Order: sequence, then structure tokens, then C-alpha cells
Amino acid sequence: MNETYNAFASFAQTWGLVYFVVLFGIVLAYALWPKNAKKFDDAAQIPFRED
Amino acid sequence: MAHKKTGLVSLEEGGFAIFLVLLAFVCIIVAGKTFDQVMAFHAGIGALFAAVSVFLIFKNFFDDGGEPFPAEIDGKPNYNMGPVKFGAVAAMFWGLAGFTVGLIIALQLAWPALNFDLPWTNFGRLRPLHTSAVIFAFGGNVLLATSMYVVQRTCRVRMPGKILPWFVILGYNVFIVLAGTGYLLGVTQSKEYAEPEWYADLWLTIVWVFYLLLFLGTLWKRKEPHIYVANWFYLAFIVTIAMLHIINNLTVPVSIYSTKSYIVWAGVQDAMVQWWYGHNAVGFFLTAGFLAIMYYFIPKRADRPVYSYRLSIIHFWALIFLYIWAGPHHLHYTALPQWASTLGATFSIILWMPSWGGMINGLMTLSGAWDKLRTDPVLRMMVVSVAFYGMSTFEGPLMSLRSVNSLSHYTDWTIGHVHSGALGWVGYISFGALYCLIPWLWNKKQLYSLKLVDWHFWLSTIGIVLYITAMWVSGIMQGLMWRAYDSLGFLEYSFVETVEAMHPFYIIRALGGALFVLGAVIMAYNLWMTVRHGEAEEAEATPVGSLAPAE
Repeated sequence: MNETYNAFASFAQTWGLVYFVVLFGIVLAYALWPKNAKKFDDAAQIPFRED
Repeated sequence: MAHKKTGLVSLEEGGFAIFLVLLAFVCIIVAGKTFDQVMAFHAGIGALFAAVSVFLIFKNFFDDGGEPFPAEIDGKPNYNMGPVKFGAVAAMFWGLAGFTVGLIIALQLAWPALNFDLPWTNFGRLRPLHTSAVIFAFGGNVLLATSMYVVQRTCRVRMPGKILPWFVILGYNVFIVLAGTGYLLGVTQSKEYAEPEWYADLWLTIVWVFYLLLFLGTLWKRKEPHIYVANWFYLAFIVTIAMLHIINNLTVPVSIYSTKSYIVWAGVQDAMVQWWYGHNAVGFFLTAGFLAIMYYFIPKRADRPVYSYRLSIIHFWALIFLYIWAGPHHLHYTALPQWASTLGATFSIILWMPSWGGMINGLMTLSGAWDKLRTDPVLRMMVVSVAFYGMSTFEGPLMSLRSVNSLSHYTDWTIGHVHSGALGWVGYISFGALYCLIPWLWNKKQLYSLKLVDWHFWLSTIGIVLYITAMWVSGIMQGLMWRAYDSLGFLEYSFVETVEAMHPFYIIRALGGALFVLGAVIMAYNLWMTVRHGEAEEAEATPVGSLAPAE
């Protein structure tokens, strides 16, 4: 019981951190990628393009 | 009037009709065979709803000849705004009801005689009626109505289906009626924000799956290549609420003729699942859904694009991935293992960042146009709402820390915290959205009176301030009195002494609530007058086909 707990806890405490950091890195890269800038500026205008 | 027939009913009409006929039969059988009077009543409501819906489906079919509504008229999308109108009106109606019940229970806490010694009006039954009415009935209808509006507008396409949107909005409101009348009659699962019993839960699951299909179907058909950020928030809200609702309500009914059911797990597992559900109801219903409203209605009203679209992407993904872990902070110092409650508190602290990302994005959208706050009370309401969002998402993580929680938990501080979020953030952003939406939907130039919006704003702002300051003082006092020991190590105060000490604050809180209700009454009048007597917008034809079954 205790061993299972320790195994799970150490897995979560190491790989859990890696998982969140990597995810955040991907999101940051996607959002801040210079090539995407025009696309996002354009998307921000969507509410004003209605019929 | 009868048109010539063009063919058979569509698959959609026929499918819904068969489903509803079957449902009506099941309901009649259950109502006839049950020993449980509330079940008989609720099955009766179900049968009535199903039968009337089948009638409306066919009446509508014979009236319009079964022709599908055109998706476009003169090259412009022919938006389906009937269900949106229904949702907006229902939201205002349930809002008034829910706020009033809140005021009644606030008065009951100050003067317990107002329970009237009746089972139906005691605090224990009215309190879930209040929370569900404001969160699910008022907030839910605001979310359904605005999501249907925003997704059509930002995708520039009509929602799919003829019956489907009406099934979603009407079915959801039937759920509200089942839940609310159930509480008054004593039917409850006793789980906070998840009180409705198994059959109401099952019904909501069906409605919600159709809601998801409706939303995805609209996105699928979109004419706009990019999916606007508000739709991402709505989608996260719909998907996550489906998951939370299903898992937290995995119950086994005693029998199909009984209102009572039991959850498949028990004890601390049940508590953990319940608060995983409960906190994410805050995170995905009251936060993600209403952030979607912020991302559409504030830019529209301010006539400026959102401050940073990139920030909106970062804060969306951060919020979605972090919120789901914060639930255990509701169970500090319980049978829950300490690591789990530490995990919950840690994620709550991390949530400061995405929460404030959203707040900054909402507020800074106004940069360069701050003067509009002086002249436009609707915009002011929405901006104050975002400020309340920032404040309560700052306070929440603080209260999730074990040391703070040991003082704040089970006291009125929690009630104050919840209401700064609920009245300030959710309430004000919803009011702002409805003040925008009603003139747009009914093709009016503007609201009947901006002056009345001003009155609403100031009355309810004073009300909120009275409410939350009273609860802070009373809550912290209560917590300190509970933990006060005398020199011999005995507890210094008995429980009833704390209750006595809180009495004045309960009166102040009820006064704040009364002002909030008064503001909402003014709002309802203003919106009514806008629809009835507002000046029509010129040169905009009423969209054809906005009439649908229930109108």
C-alpha cells in the first residue's frame, strides 16, 4: 500500500511537473509565434465582422 | 394556414417526435405505478412536456409545410434567434425568482420565525432552491442564450436544426422546474450544487448532449475559418460540465418508481468526487462560461477588439488545465489525505495567474476608451464585473491555504467570498450581456432608459458592498470566536453566542440583498419597456424563420 502510494506520488511529483511545463511551453510557443501574429490580430476582429 | 405538403417529416422532426412520444408513455406508466407522490408529480410534468412538444412539432410541420428554414437570405446568414430570446427572457424571470428567494433566506437567518414552521419554506429547502435558481436557472439560461447567440454570430452561420435548439432551451428549463419543485417537496441528493435526484440528472444529461451537438454542429458549419476565443470558452464549459455532471451523479435509484438513489461510491471518495464536481462547477460553469461572455460582449460594447488575443489563448489553456485539480481545497482537515488537500491548495495558488490574465485582458480592452465608463452604465457594469472577478479569484486561493482555511471554513467568510464572485462577477457580466442582448434581439436602437441602468448599477453595487463587508466581518468574527480559549483551556464561547453576535451582520446582509433585488426589478422593467416601446432599429428586416415551435 505504502509502496504503491510512494511510487504514484514520486511519479506525479516529477513527471506531473514536466507535463505541465511542456504543455505551457507549447501554448506559449503557439500564442507567441511571430508567424501567428497576423492570424490572431485578424481573429480579434471577428466580433466586428458580422452581418 | 396550410401550405401544400412538400414531403414527409424530416429525420430530425420524426426522431424527436418518436423519442418524446416514448418518453410521454414512460412518464405516464411511472406516474401511474409509483408510490412516491413527488415522482408522480414529476413524471406528470414530464409527460405533459413531452406530449405538448410532440403536438408543437406536428403543428409547426403542418403550418409551414415542413420546409426547412433558409440558411441565408440575400447572402446574409439567417440567424435563429427564437431560442435565444426565450433563454434571455427565462434568465430574467429565474433571476428575479432566485434573487428573491435569496433575500428570503437571508431574512430567515436574521429572523428565524420567517421559516413559518412549514416544511416547504424552511431554510434547508429554500437554500438549495436559491443556489440552483441563481446558478443554473439564471446563469444557465444566460449561458445558453448568449452561447447560441455568440456562436452563430462569430461563425456567421445559422445554428443547425429546427427542433434541436428548442429542445435544448426548453428541455433545460424543464430540468430547472423538476429540480426546483423537487427541493421544495423534499427531494434532494444532499450534494451541494448537485441536489437534483437521478431522473432529473438523467434528463439534464440528455439535454446537455444535444446542447453539445448543437454547439459543435454550429462550429462545424462555420463560415469564419478561425474559431473566436469566446467559443473556446463556451466549448470548455459545455464539455467539462457534461463530464462533471455524469461522474458526480453515478447513482443507482432504489427503483424507477422512487425519487431516491444512492451513489456507487461512498465516504471520502464520494466527498472528493463531489468537491471535484463542486469546484469545477465554479471553474467551468461560473468562470469559463462567463469569461466567454466577457470576451464577446465587452469588445462589442466598447467597440474595441480584445486587448490581447494572444493572452486570451494562453489564459484559456492555463485555466482549463489547472482548474480541474483545485477541488480538494474544499476538504481540508477531513478524512481526505493531506497530500490531496495540499495538491488542491497548490493548484488554487497557481490559478492566480490565468485568472488575472483574464481580468487584465477584460479591463485593458477599455484602454484608450476609459471615458466610455462615464457615459455608458452597461459597460461600467461589465467592467466592475471583471474587477469583482479579479478580487474574488484573488481571495479564493488565499482561502484555499490550510492556515487561512482553518479560520474561514464553515464561517460566513465563505458566503461572502461566494457572493462577491456570484453577485459581482457572474451577476454583473450577465446583466451587462442581457442589457446588450435584448435591444439586439428585438431590433431596438438602444435600451429604454440608460438612467434606469444607472440606478440599477448603483443600487446593486451598494447592495453587494453591504453584503460582502457584512459577511467578512461576521465570518472572521465567527471563526475567531470558535477558536477562542480561556486561560483554563476551555472554549470561551458557546455556539449560540456566536449566532447572537452575528445577528446585526445578518440584518446588514439582508439589506444588501434587498438592494440587489430592487436593482434586478428595475432591470426587468427596463428590459420590458425596451421590448415593448423601444425605438426600432431602421433598415434591418426581421429575420425570416425566427419563429419556431414554442412561439
